[in-house]
Amino acid sequence: MDTQTTATLEAIYDKCAANEDNIITVLQEIQKEFGYIQEEVVHWFSERSNIPASKYYGVVTFYSQFHQHPRGKNIVTVCCGTVCHVKGAPRIIAKVREDLKLGEDQVTTKDMQFTLERVNCVGACSIAPVVLVNEKVLGKVTPSKMVKSLKEHKG
Amino acid sequence: MNSEIVVSVCMGTGGIAAGGDMVMKAFQEEFAEAGVANATVVEHSRLHKVGCRGFCARDVLVDISVNGIVSTYQYIQPDMVKRLVSDHCIGARPVSEWLVGDDYHTFHDNQTKIVLGDLGKIDPESIDEYIRVDGYKAAEKVLTTMTPAEVIETVKKSGLRGRGGGGFPTGVKWGFCAANDSDQYYIICNADEGDPGAFMDRSVVEGNPHAMIEGMIIGAYAIGATVGYVYIRAEYPLAVDRLHLALKEAKEKGFLGEKLFGTDFNLKIKVKLGAGAFVCGEETALIASIEGERGMPRAKPPFPANKGLWGKPTIINNVETFANLPHILNKGADWYAAIGSAKSKGTKVIALTGKIRNTGLIEIPMGMPLKEIIFNIGGGIEGDKLFKAVQTGGPSGGCIPQQHIDLPVDYEGLASVGSMMGSGGMVVLDETDCMVNISKFFLEFTQSESCGKCVPCRLGTKRLLEILTRITEGEGKEGDIELLQELAEDVRDSSLCGLGMSAPNPVLSTIKYFRHEYEAHIKQKKCPAKVCNKLLTFFIRQDMCVGCGMCMRACSVNAISGEKKQPHKIDNSLCIQCGSCFDACKFSAVLKE
Repeated sequence: MDTQTTATLEAIYDKCAANEDNIITVLQEIQKEFGYIQEEVVHWFSERSNIPASKYYGVVTFYSQFHQHPRGKNIVTVCCGTVCHVKGAPRIIAKVREDLKLGEDQVTTKDMQFTLERVNCVGACSIAPVVLVNEKVLGKVTPSKMVKSLKEHKG
Repeated sequence: MNSEIVVSVCMGTGGIAAGGDMVMKAFQEEFAEAGVANATVVEHSRLHKVGCRGFCARDVLVDISVNGIVSTYQYIQPDMVKRLVSDHCIGARPVSEWLVGDDYHTFHDNQTKIVLGDLGKIDPESIDEYIRVDGYKAAEKVLTTMTPAEVIETVKKSGLRGRGGGGFPTGVKWGFCAANDSDQYYIICNADEGDPGAFMDRSVVEGNPHAMIEGMIIGAYAIGATVGYVYIRAEYPLAVDRLHLALKEAKEKGFLGEKLFGTDFNLKIKVKLGAGAFVCGEETALIASIEGERGMPRAKPPFPANKGLWGKPTIINNVETFANLPHILNKGADWYAAIGSAKSKGTKVIALTGKIRNTGLIEIPMGMPLKEIIFNIGGGIEGDKLFKAVQTGGPSGGCIPQQHIDLPVDYEGLASVGSMMGSGGMVVLDETDCMVNISKFFLEFTQSESCGKCVPCRLGTKRLLEILTRITEGEGKEGDIELLQELAEDVRDSSLCGLGMSAPNPVLSTIKYFRHEYEAHIKQKKCPAKVCNKLLTFFIRQDMCVGCGMCMRACSVNAISGEKKQPHKIDNSLCIQCGSCFDACKFSAVLKE
């Protein structure tokens, strides 16, 4: 681990210790900084805080917000709420998988350009089906509209 | 020109998704530009951000008020702003063809707005606006003139019940909590709205966060809590930002912190971001999550009111419950108890969505018949299709068919037909929706959200989902329906928490009311609503096909053949029923049966 990473971790540790934050908040801070939860970071924190690494992993694996693998440059989040489901979200997901050539359990493309994710509901049901491409909300998405949007983000 | 012009742009998540921020920017630019010729326009026009006013289907909604006369426009896009500014704001000629129609008024006039009353009218990012509409008056009155026991008594008398789903009387719960002898009490606001198809709490936090904070102050005083938490979903970034701002403003005004309203009462409210676990909506799981643990529920009793956060007496109420409180304390318990039905008092905020014309956020008095909600306020089914069912209560609720359309919507009414109020999501389904597929959808959700602590929920939901998946893929067997029912009842009766206890509801209610659809899937291997692809045969209507080749390119298994500009054909021995050709065809020539 390089010195800069250690300094960043040290800063997160101090900030969270000062606030008496719990493990969830610590991990949220780590993810904000690094994009995902790396094994070596967990072990660093485990030693620094004197809390077993298993405790950290228990939390990481429980909550869907935490990622254990690096994510792509573009995040495509398909809303899978009830309304989006009845209005065609499964077809959108199938189309994204086909277009990005993602295998069955694969969520990130090999070139690290795209990651496909699902969200339970973004609460924009009136414009269902909804897809978030990075921060941008797309409403009333069709498979062809989806492909078009993906194309815009392809380098 | 000395007229005062106020432009209010709907900036809830729905509004922003529809382009609200772009519209807002267009107004700013347009005003700046018009200001070159006539400086007074800029000076006297105020641009407002307002929270959700509920009618998200018509976004972006814009109010333009000239000298106090308000006109409401619908479906506004940035390129329309120029004309609104030149004609209406400067020329005083409203653009009549963009104004909202009668149905906008039908939508609003049939509602009773208490919680949503100020949404869409006040700027959620300004505490002064909330104070202008009598904000924090109830909290001041409670802290300076009432005893905690009097507050609890008033809430009991009002008949307010928890809006998070369970419907437990709020005042009674507070009474249990206050009866403990402890050195510390906690108050928690549950804003971890995880139900798919529900966005009422988000809209309240985005549109009027101070109402919820004021409710928390009242609750904290009643039970003697000096520390409060708001547990909110991280997936609601706008709501989280506005909440932080509101808490900061309230603290600056002396409504939070130390010596509130000049009394000896102190209250600190902290924000905890949920990390994405549906089960954390359950009280004990939510507490575990605030403590930094895996969000797993534990057996009750002891109830949180006696032993909650860090073992101390704790009250958990949801956003809507808290937002009701300032009104109850201002206008009195009798006023509130006069609204609603015999056992369910007050109003309920409902996220009305699905295959309906007017989707959005509504607030109705408890006990309003389903029919009125769907056909009056909702404006009926989209595209003149036939109503099939309405799904209430999210993954914990059930599907209510046509025969119960006159059912009053309150806690008892919904429970009597095997559904529940839940947090108030209402998804309307039409004839093109397959009930077996819906039931499978909810099981997929509960199965993946099951925390895994208790066996009936962890394994039961998995097996239920397997059977449902089999049925929708044409592998259903004789006896599957009975097996589903037996297993569903076992999961319901033996799970540890509400998630497992209610997870079977979608299965049981769809079997009860739509058994024939299950039978069609199992016996005839047909999906009557034509949703389950594996049970469908795709073919191309030769008289409709123009031979454009779109379907051929979309097909991943090369099952489609045909010459250019000649009708194409699908080889059903190769077809994997993925539906890509159906989506690709622009001429409705691909049919499924």
